[in-house]
Amino acid sequence: MTQLTMAKSINEGLRRAMADDPKVLVIGEDIGKLGGVFRITDGLQAEFGADRVIDTPLAEAGIVGTAVGLAFRGYRPVVEIQFDGFVYPAFDQIVCQVAKLHYRTRGNVTMPITIRIPWAGGVGAAEHHSESPEAYFVHTSGLRVVAVSNPQDAYVMLRQAIASNDPVVYFEPKRLYHTKGEVDLGVDLADAPPMGLARVAREGTDVTLLTYGSQVGIALDAATAAEDDGVSIEVIDLRSISPVDYRTVTASVRKTGRVVVTHEAAREAGVGAELIASVTERCFHYLEAPPQRVTGHDIPYPPAKLEKHHLPDLDRILDAVDRVLDRPNSLTGVFEQ
Amino acid sequence: MTMTHTLTPTADLASGIEDVARLLTPDGERIADPDLDRWVEDVDASVLRGLYRDMVLVRRIDTEGVALQRQGQLALWPPCQGQEATQVGTARALRADDFAFPSYRETGVVHVRGAKPADFVLAWRGEEHSTYNPYEINTATQQIIIGAQSLHAVGYAMGIQRDGTDQVSVAYFGDGASSQGDVNEAMVFASSYRSPVVFVCVNNHWAISEPVTVQAKYPIAGRAPGFGIPSMRVDGNDVLACLAAMRWALDHARRGNGPAFIEAVTYRMGPHTTSDDPTRYRDKEEVETWRRRDPISRLEALLRAQGEFDDAFAASVEADADALAREVREAAMSATTREPLTMLDHVYAEPHSGIDEQRAWFGAYLDGFASAQAGAEEVAR
Ligand SMILES: Cc1ncc(C[n+]2csc(CCOP(=O)(O)OP(=O)(O)O)c2C)c(N)n1
Repeated sequence: MTQLTMAKSINEGLRRAMADDPKVLVIGEDIGKLGGVFRITDGLQAEFGADRVIDTPLAEAGIVGTAVGLAFRGYRPVVEIQFDGFVYPAFDQIVCQVAKLHYRTRGNVTMPITIRIPWAGGVGAAEHHSESPEAYFVHTSGLRVVAVSNPQDAYVMLRQAIASNDPVVYFEPKRLYHTKGEVDLGVDLADAPPMGLARVAREGTDVTLLTYGSQVGIALDAATAAEDDGVSIEVIDLRSISPVDYRTVTASVRKTGRVVVTHEAAREAGVGAELIASVTERCFHYLEAPPQRVTGHDIPYPPAKLEKHHLPDLDRILDAVDRVLDRPNSLTGVFEQ
Repeated sequence: MTMTHTLTPTADLASGIEDVARLLTPDGERIADPDLDRWVEDVDASVLRGLYRDMVLVRRIDTEGVALQRQGQLALWPPCQGQEATQVGTARALRADDFAFPSYRETGVVHVRGAKPADFVLAWRGEEHSTYNPYEINTATQQIIIGAQSLHAVGYAMGIQRDGTDQVSVAYFGDGASSQGDVNEAMVFASSYRSPVVFVCVNNHWAISEPVTVQAKYPIAGRAPGFGIPSMRVDGNDVLACLAAMRWALDHARRGNGPAFIEAVTYRMGPHTTSDDPTRYRDKEEVETWRRRDPISRLEALLRAQGEFDDAFAASVEADADALAREVREAAMSATTREPLTMLDHVYAEPHSGIDEQRAWFGAYLDGFASAQAGAEEVAR
C-alpha cells in the first residue's frame, strides 16, 4: 500500500496498462510534454514515446473518431478529453460510432476505448469547466459509464476499463485529484472487485444514500453528521452508473426502506431519476417514504462564485434525509409533496 | 509532361513561416508592400498614435489581469501579451456596426469595441459568465469552446445577407482552433453562401502546450483557398499591416464578394493562462526571439523616426494606461457576488414552471437558514 493522490493513482494506472499491453495508446490534447492540464499523463510520453502517448490536433471529434479507427485495427486507445465541457464536439462519434459499432457489426468489431473525462465542479473554474454530462452517456446504450471516488478505485477501475472489450466512459472528479488515499499498486485485477460492482461505503439501517464520484465524500460526511442526530445512513458508492449494480442497491433499500440520491448534475432526467424509477420498480413495497433527490439546480452551471449554492452539500443532503424520515424540512409548508 | 491535375503545396511551415505580408520591419522601418499599401494611404501620424495608445492600454489591462490573478482577485487570466497588434489592428478596421465574435484571449478586440473596465474582470473572477451586452458593442461574448464562434459568425453574416445591409461579421480564433470541425464547416458554409464574414486566425504559435506544427504542416492561410476563400498571411506583430489586411478583407466581404481569411502570425509571450507552466514545453530562446519583434516598440520606433513620439505623448499614454489599470483593479476589488437565488434567472426567456418551483423551494431553503440564524441570535440575547 502506498499513499497516492487520485491524480497520481490514475497516472500509475495508465503506466501499468501501457506496460502490460503494447496495444494501449493514450491520446489527447496537451498530454505529451505538458502531461495534460491536470498532469495525469505526466512522464508517460517520456517513458513510452510519442507514438504511444499522442498529442493530437485540437479537435475532439477527431480524437474520438481516430480512436475508433485505432480500435478497428486492434489497439486499445485511452482518450483524454481535456474537460467535461469539451466532450460535446466528440458526442456524435461517441454516440453513433463508439457505442454502436459492436452491435452494428454483430459482435465482429470491438471498441475497447476508454474515454477519460475530468469531471464536475467545486473547483472555482470558468464556464464549461465544471459540468456533469454523465446522463447523456448513461442514456446511450453500448457504453459503460463509471465514476470514481477514491485513489484505489481510480487505479483499479481505470485498468479494468482499459482491459474491458467495451467502451468505457470514465469520470474523474477534478475536485478529488489532490486528495490522497491508500493504493495497492500491486493488486491483481482478477482479485479486485469488478468495476460494475457498487460498494457499501458505510453501513446503516435507516436511510440508503445512493451516490457516486465527487459526492461520495460529502455523503459520508452527511452520514457522520446524521449519526449525532440518531439517524443511521447507509452510503452506497455506485462506482458504475451504467450498468448499476441493483443487487447491492436493492438489498440496502429493502433493509432501510428509505432512499435519497445525490449527484451534482441537474435533476431533470438525471441519473437520479433513473435510479429512483428502478428502485421504485424493484422495492415499491419496501419503501416507507417517497424517494428523494438532491441535485444541482436545473440551470446551466453557474458562475464560480455561486457554485456553492448549486452543488449539493451536507445541509442539502440532510434536508432530504429529513424529508424521507418525515421530519420538518425545507419543503414543509412550501409545497404539497 | 506536367501533372496538371495535381495540387501540391509550395511551402511547408518550416520554410514558409517568415513569409508574411508586412509594412513595418521589426525595427520599425516602413517598407512597401504592393498588396497592403493602398489600404493605409490615409493613415497619418495621428492614426498611428491612436494605434500605439490602444496597444499600450491593452498591454496594461493584460498586466493588471495577471497581477490581479496572482493576488487572488481573479480565478484565472488568459494573457494576450505579444498579440496586441493583431487584436488592435484588425479591430480598428471594423465599423461600429460590424459584428465581432472573439475568443477568450481577444482582450484587445473587446477593448477596441468599447468594453468597460469591469467587463475585463468579472467573468475571470467567477462572478459572471459574461459582462457586456453583445448588442451594445456589437461584439459577442468571448468564446471558450474552441472554434464554436466561427460558425456563429457565418450565421450572423447569413443574416446580414438576408437583411441586405453592408455590415460584415468577423470570427477570431486560434491556430489550435483551425483543427476543429466547426472552423472547417464555417468555411464551407461561408464559401457556399458567399457570406460577408472575415475569418481572423490568430496564429500565436501555441495551443496550450502544442506547437502549431501539430495543427498544420502548411501555412494555415493556405487552407482557405481550398474552400474557395481568398486569404492573406500577415505579420501579426505589425499593427499597420494588420489594419491594412483587415481593410482588404472587410472591403472584399462588404462588396458582396463573400468571405475572406486572414492568418495573423504572432506569438503568445505569456503562459496559456495563469494556470499554465510554459517552461514544460517551450524554449526561452524562442520567447526571446519574439520579444525582439514586439509590436509596441516596433510602432514606437516608426513614430520616433517620424518625429511623432515625444516625452509628452509618451507621458499622456502612460497616464491613460495608469488610469485604466486603476479602474480595472477597482472593478475587480469592489465586485460583489450576487444573491444565490439570481442563479436561477435567465435560464429561460419566458416563465418556466420547473424553474419557478425550484426557485420557490430554494428561496424557502435559504430562508430557513436565515430564520435559524435569527432564532439563534434571539436565544443568545
Ligand atoms: C472544444 C474545446 N476543447 C478544448 C478546450 C481547452 N482549451 C482551451 S484553450 C486551448 C488551446 C487553444 O489554442 P488556440 O486555438 O491556438 O488559441 P490560443 O489559446 O493560442 O489563443 C484548449 C485546448 C476548449 N476550450 N474547447
